[in-house]
Amino acid sequence: MYRVKEYVIPKSIEECANLLQKNKRSRLIAGNLFLRMTSADIPLAIDLSGCGLDYIREESDGTLRLGAMCSLRTLETSPLLRRYCGGIISRSVGEIIGTQFRNLATVGASVFSKYGFSDVITPLLACNARVRLFAQGELTLEAFLKQPRTRDLLVEIILPAGNAAGAFSNFRNSKGDFSLLNVASVRTETGYRIAVGARPMCAALAYGAMEQLARDPAAVSLAARTAAEELCFGSNMRASAQYRRQLCAVLCQRTLIETNEV
Amino acid sequence: MQFTIIINGKPTCCEAAPETPLLETLRNAGIHSVRSGCESANCGICTVWLDEKPVLSCSVPTARADGRRVTTVEGMGEEAAAVADALAAEGADQCGYCAPGLIMGILAMKRELVSPTDEEIVHYLNGNLCRCTGYHSQLRAIRSLFRHEPKT
Repeated sequence: MYRVKEYVIPKSIEECANLLQKNKRSRLIAGNLFLRMTSADIPLAIDLSGCGLDYIREESDGTLRLGAMCSLRTLETSPLLRRYCGGIISRSVGEIIGTQFRNLATVGASVFSKYGFSDVITPLLACNARVRLFAQGELTLEAFLKQPRTRDLLVEIILPAGNAAGAFSNFRNSKGDFSLLNVASVRTETGYRIAVGARPMCAALAYGAMEQLARDPAAVSLAARTAAEELCFGSNMRASAQYRRQLCAVLCQRTLIETNEV
Repeated sequence: MQFTIIINGKPTCCEAAPETPLLETLRNAGIHSVRSGCESANCGICTVWLDEKPVLSCSVPTARADGRRVTTVEGMGEEAAAVADALAAEGADQCGYCAPGLIMGILAMKRELVSPTDEEIVHYLNGNLCRCTGYHSQLRAIRSLFRHEPKT
């Protein structure tokens, strides 16, 4: 368990950002699920729960905005998200540990920390989400995941308007464990987006497979094999890289078939 | 630091470091139904309600509960007793260590779901682990609770 010298719960995101910049060793507290497993000495803990970032809002143009402090349980049960892209965001978080855990874990912490085991980053990437950082402003989630970590604040996640078809699939050794691998695919008017996560590196898009489907939308099996060949996979206590590569082809094929059936 | 937490409807003054897990603060305040299990947010034994939502008290910093409502089995009275009776009647309670957390999970589910299917029950309570009874007896007990719910 970590130890804190000073603990503050600011009332605004501006105040949080100010404190974060002033004290270079300060830490943000969001869900407190991962951080509590550490034994760090924290001079200043900045609790984000008082900033009003727990919202899901639909704009007049159909864009959805998810506040960074939205709990995974809120994403799971939101009627807006259950309809969005075949409900893949809601489905992706529904199997994470238990209801009590999901009431604490936040979407912002998962995204900002770029967790390699994350189930929620994968469908967000497939949906072509954007993120809004306090200092840096708005950028695509894909660009955010590729850039080095900065001392910034994630304010919200922005989902583009539109009624795309989507599917999510993952595989776990046991219920409640981390995914060995997860795959999300989305079909819009402009083409397909396929994201593969828990490799166990952070989620990435399978560009080769997406191009394959742009040429021939029926080439699902070939696109699934291409995704498995083009991406990197790693080994850990849950599965080997080789096993994950095999699994990737299977899960990609399943999600693409499901996406095409909608 | 001093915090005022509304524990089971009663404003209670608690002395704790702000990062102290709520679990520890509640036990120090004499709420002994809240127990420590895995302390890594996996087992559900320490489940309490924070502003009516079930959460893992091992993972909530005490500072975050300041001025908010925390509910434990002690505050649920007859309603908790009815769940405990149903669990006992089906042999779903052996050592009893996980029972308070499970009861708080079941009561939260009763407020959220109407006539849940077995699949919905299992899904909702997936985060409540029990190492001695197995889960079939718990499922039978929960089914019986929902069967006896008065229709509105």
